[in-house]
Amino acid sequence: MNFVVPDFYPAAAEIFVAVMALVIMLASTFARSIARSLSYYATQFTLIAAAFVTIFTMEGEPVYTFSNLFIRDLMGDFLKLMIYFSTAIALLYGRAYLADRKIDKPEYYLLALLMTLGMMVMVTANHMLPMYIGLEMMSLALYTMVAFDRDSARSTEAAMKYFVLGALASGLLLYGMSMVYGATGSLEFSAIAQAIYNEAANRTVLMFGLVFLVAGISFKLGVVPFHMWVPDVYQGAPTAVTLMIATAPKLAAFAMAVRLLIWALFDIAEEWQTMLMLVAVASIVLGNLAAIAQQNIKRMLAYSGISHMGFMLLGLLAGVVDGDRHFALNAYSSAMFYAVSYVIMSLASFGMLILLSRAGFEAENIDDFKGLSRRSPWFALMMLFVMFSMAGIPFFIGFFAKLSVLQAVVAAGYFWLAVVAVLMSVAGAFYYLRVVKVMYFDEPVDASPIHAPAEVRVMLSANGIAIAALGLAPQMLMSLCAYALLGSL
Amino acid sequence: MLSLSHFLILGAILFAISVVGIFLNRKNLIVLLMAIELMLLAVNMNFIAFSHYLGDIAGQVFVFFILTVAAAESAIGLAILIVMFRNMRTIHVDDLDSLKG
Repeated sequence: MNFVVPDFYPAAAEIFVAVMALVIMLASTFARSIARSLSYYATQFTLIAAAFVTIFTMEGEPVYTFSNLFIRDLMGDFLKLMIYFSTAIALLYGRAYLADRKIDKPEYYLLALLMTLGMMVMVTANHMLPMYIGLEMMSLALYTMVAFDRDSARSTEAAMKYFVLGALASGLLLYGMSMVYGATGSLEFSAIAQAIYNEAANRTVLMFGLVFLVAGISFKLGVVPFHMWVPDVYQGAPTAVTLMIATAPKLAAFAMAVRLLIWALFDIAEEWQTMLMLVAVASIVLGNLAAIAQQNIKRMLAYSGISHMGFMLLGLLAGVVDGDRHFALNAYSSAMFYAVSYVIMSLASFGMLILLSRAGFEAENIDDFKGLSRRSPWFALMMLFVMFSMAGIPFFIGFFAKLSVLQAVVAAGYFWLAVVAVLMSVAGAFYYLRVVKVMYFDEPVDASPIHAPAEVRVMLSANGIAIAALGLAPQMLMSLCAYALLGSL
Repeated sequence: MLSLSHFLILGAILFAISVVGIFLNRKNLIVLLMAIELMLLAVNMNFIAFSHYLGDIAGQVFVFFILTVAAAESAIGLAILIVMFRNMRTIHVDDLDSLKG
C-alpha cells in the first residue's frame, strides 16, 4: 500500500476559501472591536479573490484529483463563479438590513463563507461522499443563519422547520445513496455509470435507490411534493437570509441534480425523467396557483420560486427520448440557463424587499409596495423589470429562460407539457402584474423617501438593468451555458 | 446464517420507523431529533451491510463521515431547540404554527 500525494492544484479555489474562513474566524476573535467590518470586508475579498483563483486555474478538459473524489470541469467552474457573485451580492444587500436589526455579527459572514465552501464542494463532487459532505456543510450553515435573529419567535420557528425537513431530506438522499452503492458496488459517479452500462447493477435495488435520490434532490430544490418548507422558511427568516436561501443554494442543488442524475445515472435517464415530469408539472401548477392567494410578498416569491424550479426541471427531463440522446446538450443547457437567470431575478426581487425595509419596519406585504412609483420612480422601474421578467414577458431574461426550456420540451415531443407550462405561466402573470399595478396605480401608505446605503442602490440598479440587458442579448449567457456543459459532458 | 437481505430489511424497518416518527409525532421536538438520528443510523446499517457483502471498504468509510455529520447536525438541532424554548416557552410540535398562509 503506497500513499500518493494528490494533486492539490485543481482544488486551489476550495483550499483558498477554506483557509480564509479559518483566518477570518481567528481574526474576528482577536480583533473584537473591528470584528464586524473586518469579517464583512474579508468575506467579500475572499469571494472576489476566489473568483480570480477559479478563473486563473481553469482548464478546458475535466481534471480529476483526490482519487477521483473531485472533478474540475467547465460546468463546475461556471457554477462556482455564479455562486461567488450571488453570495457576494446577497451579502452586500443584506449588510445594512442586518445592522438595523443588530444581528450583523461577524459570525454571520463566516457562516456565509462556509456555506459557499459547501456549495463549491457539491459542485465539484465526483463521488457520493463529497456530495453529501458539501450538502451538509451548506445546509448546516443555512439552518444557523435562519435562526440568526435569535430573539424572534418567527425566525426560530422557521429554522426549526427548515432543520427538521432538511435533515429528513438528507436522510432520504443518503438512503438512496446506500441503495445505489449496493446495486452498483461503487460510490464514484463514473464507476456507477460504468456498472449500469455493463448491466452489472441489480435493477430493482437501483430503482429503489433512485426514488429516494430524486426525493432528496426535490427537497433541496424545493419542488412539489417536497415544498412544504419553502414558504414558511422564506417568510420566517430575516429577509437577508431569505435572499441567501433563494439564490446560490439553487445553483448548488442544480449541480447536485446534474452530477447525480446525469453523470452517474444517465443510462436510466428515462426512469428518472418520468419522476421529474410528475414533480415538475405538480410544482408549476401548485406554485403558480398558490402564489395568487398570497398577501405576503415573501410567501408569494416562495411559491413563485417553486414554480420556477419546476420550469428548470422541464429542461432536465427533456434530454433523452426513446434512447435518442441528441437533445441532451440542448435540454441541459436550457435548464442551466434557467437556473442562472432565476438566481439573477431572485437576487433583485429580495434585494427590493431589503431596500424598502428599514429599522423597525419589515417590508413583506404586497401593500408595502403601494405607490412606489411616487416614492422612487427609479426603483419602481427596477421592480417592474423583475416582475415582468419573472412573469416571462418578452424581452426580459425570464422570457428567454422560459422560451429555451419550452423549446427543449417541445423538441423532446412533450407538447402537452409545454401547453400546461404556458397556461400556468399565464395564470402566474396575474400575481406578478398585481405588484406592478399596486406600485403604479395605488396611493402610497407612507410617502417617506427610501433610505438605503449608496452601494445597495447602485448594485440593485445594476441588477435590474442586467435583467433587462441580458434580455436584449440572451445569446451570450445561453452560449456560455452550452459551452460550459459541452466541455464537461 | 444471516444474509444481506436480513440486514436490508432491518435497515428498511428502522428507516420506516424514523420517517413515521417524524410525521406522526405531534408532541415533542426532542423525539423528532431522535427520529432523525435513527434515520441516519438506519442508513449506516445499510452501508455496512452492503460494504461487507460487496467486499468494498468505501461504504464503511462513508459511515464514519455520516456519524460525524450526524453529531454536528444534532448539535445544531439542539441549539435551535434551546433558542426556540427561550422564545416560545414550549417545544411542542403543535405550537409551531405561527407561519401559515
